[in-house]
Amino acid sequence: MSEEKKEKRKASSIDPCAVDLLRYAEECNIPTAFSRSDSLKPCPIGAEGACCKICAMGPCRLKSKDGEDALKGVCGASLATVTARNIARMVAGGTAAHSDHARDVANTLLAAAEEHTKDYQIKDVEKLLAVANNFGIDTAGKTKNEVAKEVAEFVLKDFGQQKGEVSFIRTATKKRQELWREHKLVPRGVDREICEIMHRTTMGVDTDPEDILDAALRTSLADGWSGSRIGTDFSDILFGTPKPIKSEDSLGAFQKKHVNIVVHGHEPTLSEMIVVASEMPEMIDYAKSKGAEGINLVGMCCTSNEILLRHGIKSAGGFLNQELGVLTGAVEAMVVDVQCIMPAIADVVKGFHTKLVTTSPKGRIPGAEHIEFDELHALDVAKKIVRLACDNFPNRKDTRIPDYGKTMIAGFSHEYIKYMQGGRYRGSFRPLNDAIISGRIRGLAGIVGCNNPRVDQDSLHDYLVRELIANDVLVVQTGCGAHASAKSGLLRPETMDLAGPGLREVCEAIGIPPVLHMGSCVDNSRILTVLTAVAQEGGLGDDISDIPVVGIAPEWMSEKALAIAFYAVASGLYVIFGVESPIAASPTVQKIMSEGWEKKVGGKLEFIPGKEDILAATLAHIDKKREALKLRKYEKGKFGVEKVLLSMADRRKLEEAAHAHKGVGGV
Amino acid sequence: MSRHIAAAAIRGSHKIVADAAEALNKAVAAKGADYKFEFPDTAFYLPHIFGMTGTKVETLGQMKDALDYAKGMLSAEPAQNEYLPYLGETLDAGQATLFAEEILLASRYVLGLEPVVEKIDGNDFTYNGFISDTILRDLGIQLVDGSMPGFAVIIGKAPTDEIAVEICRDLQQRNILTFLCGNVDGDSVTKQLLRKGVDIGWDARLVALGPETYHALYAGDWACRGALTFGGKKGGDALAVLKYNKDRIFAFAMVLGPMSDLIWSTGAGAITYGFPAICDTEVPEIRPTGVCTYEHVVSQTDHKKIVDTCIETRGLKITITKVPVPVAYGPAFEGERIRKEDTVFEFGGQKTASFEWVTTKELSEIEDGKIEVIASPETLAKIESAAPGNTVRLPMGLVIDVAGRKMNPDFEPVIERKLHDYVNCAQGVWHMGQRDVNWMRISQQAFGDGFRIKHLGDIVYVMVKNKFPAIVDKVQVKLYLDDDKVKEVQEQARAIYKARNERVASLNDESVDTFYSCLLCQSFAPNHVCVISPERLGLCGAYNWLDARAAYEIDPTGPNQPVAKGDCTDDVKGRWKGVDSYVFQNSHQTLDGFSAYSIMDAPMTSCGCFECIVALVPEANGFMIVNRGYTGMTPIGMKFSTLAGTVGGGVQAPGFGGIGKYFITSRKFLKADGGLKRVVWMPKALKEALREDLIRRSEEEGVPGFIDMICDETIAEDSEKMLEFLSEKGHPALTMDSIL
Repeated sequence: MSEEKKEKRKASSIDPCAVDLLRYAEECNIPTAFSRSDSLKPCPIGAEGACCKICAMGPCRLKSKDGEDALKGVCGASLATVTARNIARMVAGGTAAHSDHARDVANTLLAAAEEHTKDYQIKDVEKLLAVANNFGIDTAGKTKNEVAKEVAEFVLKDFGQQKGEVSFIRTATKKRQELWREHKLVPRGVDREICEIMHRTTMGVDTDPEDILDAALRTSLADGWSGSRIGTDFSDILFGTPKPIKSEDSLGAFQKKHVNIVVHGHEPTLSEMIVVASEMPEMIDYAKSKGAEGINLVGMCCTSNEILLRHGIKSAGGFLNQELGVLTGAVEAMVVDVQCIMPAIADVVKGFHTKLVTTSPKGRIPGAEHIEFDELHALDVAKKIVRLACDNFPNRKDTRIPDYGKTMIAGFSHEYIKYMQGGRYRGSFRPLNDAIISGRIRGLAGIVGCNNPRVDQDSLHDYLVRELIANDVLVVQTGCGAHASAKSGLLRPETMDLAGPGLREVCEAIGIPPVLHMGSCVDNSRILTVLTAVAQEGGLGDDISDIPVVGIAPEWMSEKALAIAFYAVASGLYVIFGVESPIAASPTVQKIMSEGWEKKVGGKLEFIPGKEDILAATLAHIDKKREALKLRKYEKGKFGVEKVLLSMADRRKLEEAAHAHKGVGGV
Repeated sequence: MSRHIAAAAIRGSHKIVADAAEALNKAVAAKGADYKFEFPDTAFYLPHIFGMTGTKVETLGQMKDALDYAKGMLSAEPAQNEYLPYLGETLDAGQATLFAEEILLASRYVLGLEPVVEKIDGNDFTYNGFISDTILRDLGIQLVDGSMPGFAVIIGKAPTDEIAVEICRDLQQRNILTFLCGNVDGDSVTKQLLRKGVDIGWDARLVALGPETYHALYAGDWACRGALTFGGKKGGDALAVLKYNKDRIFAFAMVLGPMSDLIWSTGAGAITYGFPAICDTEVPEIRPTGVCTYEHVVSQTDHKKIVDTCIETRGLKITITKVPVPVAYGPAFEGERIRKEDTVFEFGGQKTASFEWVTTKELSEIEDGKIEVIASPETLAKIESAAPGNTVRLPMGLVIDVAGRKMNPDFEPVIERKLHDYVNCAQGVWHMGQRDVNWMRISQQAFGDGFRIKHLGDIVYVMVKNKFPAIVDKVQVKLYLDDDKVKEVQEQARAIYKARNERVASLNDESVDTFYSCLLCQSFAPNHVCVISPERLGLCGAYNWLDARAAYEIDPTGPNQPVAKGDCTDDVKGRWKGVDSYVFQNSHQTLDGFSAYSIMDAPMTSCGCFECIVALVPEANGFMIVNRGYTGMTPIGMKFSTLAGTVGGGVQAPGFGGIGKYFITSRKFLKADGGLKRVVWMPKALKEALREDLIRRSEEEGVPGFIDMICDETIAEDSEKMLEFLSEKGHPALTMDSIL
């Protein structure tokens, strides 16, 4: 983007609801993240990773026109060291966020198992047994609570463990596990790795950029193969494993005559209880007593994804919609817990009747009402919040609820993706692998991550989704990326009409949209599980790094996105990030994270600002992987397999032949 | 699966589940919930339900539970727009349909409605109904040796009777076993074939299961048992059972005529087995692969191409030998009978002198491909007079001269025994017996199609050349038709028959250093290994040591491999180092080896196609033997079919074992366990079939009159009565060392 264009840019959205409300904000002179991003430019030194402020000799600004080696910090730290340290600390921050979320869910599971609370029960026994089975926990003759207790205790060790390996490492492909061990990338304990990153990157410890980045990879694996995985699996056990469900995603999700409650943030523990409370007849009667027709619960950000996938609760969109939701004037309470909550909401609500309610002991906002959540009294807390919202209904003034609504089908857990390819008896990943082998599906892409007002809201998500499906790439989404597609109606099966002919056939066979909503950002762990299953199904190599797949976060902003990127790379994926590059200052670090990592772990992370370039790099990588697997060259509209017709002699040899690399019909 | 198919299939499932419930209620009302039911001659309860869930449904009450389980697999029809995914749900609905169809058919059996008997063109036609375990096992060897490479289930009716016949003939010529069911407005391929006078039955490989779509379930039941019997899969391991079918049972559905909800729904169930559907109407196709090996639903409106499309879609390779005769040729015509009044030519059958003889010559003595009909002018005139209504009886000396660098006189009987199959496969030609007791007929129909005596030579020439290419380089055939010449050459042949008998009698396990394996059945039973020695033939009865040796010569990388005996580690039990290591390797490390002469200690395993089962009868201190085809009860309280369930699948089960019939009269028969003298019971028919040899062998064992000490079902079917009989006769087993 040229300087001139940057000057003129005005942050906007491709979501018509957002555009309406932004116009209103402008009229009323209400600042939002959009307008602030116009007036507040990113710090040019910090944005590129060239600022070191870990000690009081600085901050040192290491950016020079004369190249990477031109400047050193007061202590002598090189730009590469500083850039690596900065990004490593961001990864630690992201890993901490996902993992601390998981810790709460795990503690809730333990509380439920030990029957310290009546509000939570084990809802998905099948999943519980599957998780127990991962760890070799003997379940025979035990009650579900006994099994859950063992599972929770087994996994809770992950956090404080000092030695050994975190629990879910063993569920990766054999090859990947060995690779991690070889490069000492296996996390010992979640807290230990995060702590160690902070130590390693403090003043005067590790200054070798590659070593720092290896440590960051290891830390990120504590997110992807422990924290996030626990967050996903334990939430499934407690609240049910998602399967497809129809719902809506729009700022138009608010209802004019109902008490509108927004649950915003990330953790499902409280929001699940608010779902229960909002459906209780006594609560609905209470709402009616305040003049409303009922209670309309609406989700936002990843809290939304959690209750959307499990209950079909409508969504009002992702991260950048949080202020806009308040602007509708229709929100009685905005209930938040942790992560991605803009402190700005406290200011925005001042002009409206909306009550901002913080609930997490970790996340207070000045000006908000704090009703602290604790899992032992979960339903009581939830009811208190719902009542507060109802009490606020009579204070409502003018509303401006946008009138654009889009339906979506969401809820593609790893378990359902397996089921949908064969039903209860024949579920597998064979059809997906076959489709990739035959060229119906060119490859896979995960388009995930945040929104960022530095680019028009949803614009990159939307462009990439449409282009990739048109090129026969099956797309999976989580987090705010999924909100983007949901809002533009791409998560409907009818979207198959926009897909390439091969992908379309597959979608039609299964009845799916070519874009699958897999959950919240913690649920990126589901993508790893799916890719592991694809690798193990056979025919596409024997590890994730062999699969024609790319991970993309085109509109990222959070440290969590970087943690996800790192664990995805460490698991073998090529990951592309859009917007700004936090390593732009250091070619050395860029080289380590692309070429260096590709050699080491088979994945790499690159920051590519232009959407066309992201698309081209994605397709090129997919084709490169196809070629390495000796799959047929992708040609749109031309697919199929050369059939191997079996004679009796061939059939007798089936036993010997039944191994990976056999391809279509082989196993 | 387009939404259209999903919606239809799911609708169909709801309907058939309701229908099954209604039929079951009627059956319960008539007989009560505790009424016990099993399909005729099966050890697998309701086989599909048993295969999927491991549940042994034995009463009507239990059927209710099973139907409730099926209901749990039903979901709502997908919406018109913005629908939820449907493939997994549709396949589950398909499974629910198979459950429901099985319960519906069982209820119909209880109510006396199955197998269906229908008046067709004034005659009562009885459909096959449920396919018994016996038939499954009878067909065993054909399933694996390539003579029955695939299975078709035709549902519906062809546009014309002629097309129905053409499609079925095409399937027959490709050796495919075809099941018929369903109807279009009451008409069906079954009726179309009957109208055209086409033979229907197991021999013709055209089996009419019943007139409705749900009768297709009988074929599914059969496939399911394939996995349980030959594959050694366990009931309840649904994935293993279904994947076995996908990988090894090459079945497909051909739908002729309009689709219905029930056809889609049954088809969805078939897809879970890996069986695709090929339809002759314009239907939404499902081309992406994965549940089936290739496409799932294919439309082929050109009836000339539909069989090809089916075979390709299922991933089947069929090699057929083209035989230059003016009639159809294939195993489907093997079992056809020709009545006396339909016969134009007849040879042998004790009415004229006749024999058939394969003899080895020098390469230089043979003109390859020469077929000579050797007959006097009088005989030729007699042949000329042949016409419908005028049966001509002639002597026949069918002499096949073969030569080849690797030909060995030991292979002559191997080739000669095949003549029966080769000649019989021609439509309108019938063959029986062997050597100098053979008997052949040529039908009016075949004669009318242009089949002449010389064509017998053509068949034999082409088939011998094709089937034995590695050992036979040249073949010529002489057909002697004059009585004096036939009798003259017959004498030469008889001298050779005698010499061969002596040669076989002299062969024993000690006199050779190489046995042969048979891995033919590994296409179905992946861990099973047969080791064939001169004194222990293959358990299917189809391969003796000479056959296996010839097969190895023909195809050195084929399923019959030489096994060097190596050092003998136990001559009583029959164990050799070389055999053990071969078995270990080829059972994919599941067996350490086995004893050739014992059934009590590490016995040889079985694939499932055994001719007979030997089973321990502890209270009699001996063994009983039951042959396939005997459907009655045995003294150990289990029928053949139930017993067979414990023996197949390449698993060792001491005390039980599958054997070839002729092993019973071998000197090595259970030598380590006490031998022939241990036999306390066998069906009468088996005893009679082996009478001469049994008498000879019991004299060798020093127990003359032993044959009359063996109990059979006419004396006792239960243990107590049998023991009475044995003590009365002073059966030797009772006083032998304890077998346990």
